[in-house]
Parts: sequence; C-alpha cells; structure tokens
Amino acid sequence: MLKNLSACLCGILFGLGLVIAQMVNPVKVLAFLDIAGQWDPSLALVMAGALIIFGLACRLILRRPAPILEPRFHLPGAARIDARLLIGAALFGIGWGLSGYCPGAAIAAFGYGRMEAVLFTLAMCCGMGLFRFIHRPT
Amino acid sequence: MENFTPYSALIGGALIGLSAALLLFLNGRIAGISGIVGKALFPEQRGDVGWRMFFLAGLVLGPLVLRLINGNAVLFRIETSLPVLVLAGLLVGYGTSLGGGCTSGHGICGLARLSPRSALATVIFMIVAGMTVYIVRHWIGVKG
Repeated sequence: MLKNLSACLCGILFGLGLVIAQMVNPVKVLAFLDIAGQWDPSLALVMAGALIIFGLACRLILRRPAPILEPRFHLPGAARIDARLLIGAALFGIGWGLSGYCPGAAIAAFGYGRMEAVLFTLAMCCGMGLFRFIHRPT
Repeated sequence: MENFTPYSALIGGALIGLSAALLLFLNGRIAGISGIVGKALFPEQRGDVGWRMFFLAGLVLGPLVLRLINGNAVLFRIETSLPVLVLAGLLVGYGTSLGGGCTSGHGICGLARLSPRSALATVIFMIVAGMTVYIVRHWIGVKG
C-alpha cells in the first residue's frame, strides 16, 4: 500500500511540474520545436531543471543497495542500440511534432481539463496495443 | 523570444526531476511515462500494475487540484485538427513502445543516467519532431 501512495505522490509532483512549466500546452511545446518560427527555449530549461535534480539524485540513490519500499531497483536492462530504438524514436518524434503532446503532458493536460488530450491519450493507448499485437511473441 | 518563461520552466523541470528521484528512491522505479502506461495496460509481471495506476492517478490529480485552486492559469492553444491528433497519438503510442521510452524515460531519466541508448533516442526524437513542425508550419503552412 505504501508503495502505491508514494507512486501517487510522485505522479502528483510530476503533473504539477508539467503544468507549472506549461508543458501541458501543446503550442508552447511546438514553439520550442519550431526553430524557424518565434523560438521559445522554455522546454530546454524544463529538461535542464529535471536533469540537474535527477542527475545528482540518482547518483546518490543508486549507491544504496535497494530502494526504501522495494527489495531491489528496477532499472532498464536494454543497452542495445538497434533499428527498433531508432525507428521507435523517429515515429515518436513525428507524433510529438504533429501534436505537441508527449505521453506525460497529455495525461497531465487531461487532469487540467483538456478533453482533446483524452482523445490523444486513447489513440496513444491504441498505438501501444497495436505494437504489442504486431510484435507479440509467437 | 517574447514567450520565453525561464523561471516557471526551471521550477517545473525541477519538480519533474524531484518526482523521478523520489520514485527511484522509494519504489526503485524509473519515471518513464510511456512505460508506466504501457505496462499498466499490458502487464508483463504479476503485481506490477498497482503502483502504475496510482502514479497515473497522481499525474491527473496534481493538475486537477491545481486548476481547482488556481483557475485556468495556464493558457492553452491547440492547433492540431482532431484526425491529426488521433494519428499523432497512435504514432506516439507505437513509437514509444518500439523505442522503449519517451521524453521522460529517455530524455530525462536515461539521459541523466548517461545511457548512450537514451541519448541517441533523445537526439533522434528531438530532430524528427523539429523537422515535423518545420514541414507542417513552414511548408504546408499551418501557422502556430
């Protein structure tokens, strides 16, 4: 139960961060991606803020043998750079550039009362299902 | 650069970093949103869904409460038509599953851990997203 509550707290902080940084506003994100237009570098500072805090913190945290509420750390094991990584990142980039929504921002925007973000999130879930349907283990 | 909002961007980013740090410290998990959603919908292990649902509930709840307290303080504009929005959602869902991450998992958590895989993914989705915006706005002519 405790680990569900801590996950909820982390979700709340993540959502607040996205709203305060205005990353729930798709046009604000697109203004960062549009270097040829009226460029708005805000998103770079959002990433810088997050990278500084998490970059320092994760070095300290991963010195510990285990996290507080779980027996071990669950870190991504994949290290391979392959076609799936490159094509996946490129397809995500197209979708992100078309909409201005990444997964976190869309879900937080839904919390902020944006109904079109629900439509985007549903389509995103369908895309995740489609991937698992196509690449299901045989 | 009249729309540049450096302070709110840094504060918001720091909160996102703090959230990711707490999730690693307490739950031992990486705060990659696409992975949290994908494995909540399509579980790969038993007993692995609960914390994901609670994280996502928080991700909705935080902005919801802020809006109740603060009103619609964040301006919204969306320039994407609904069919394009659906296409974009499909691409984001499929692409993040194939590539194993999104802006949070690769762009923040992976990059902070100096993962070459995440660094490459981040460079690619940034460049491709920039190219997409350039084509949509400056070739096809949909203005922001």
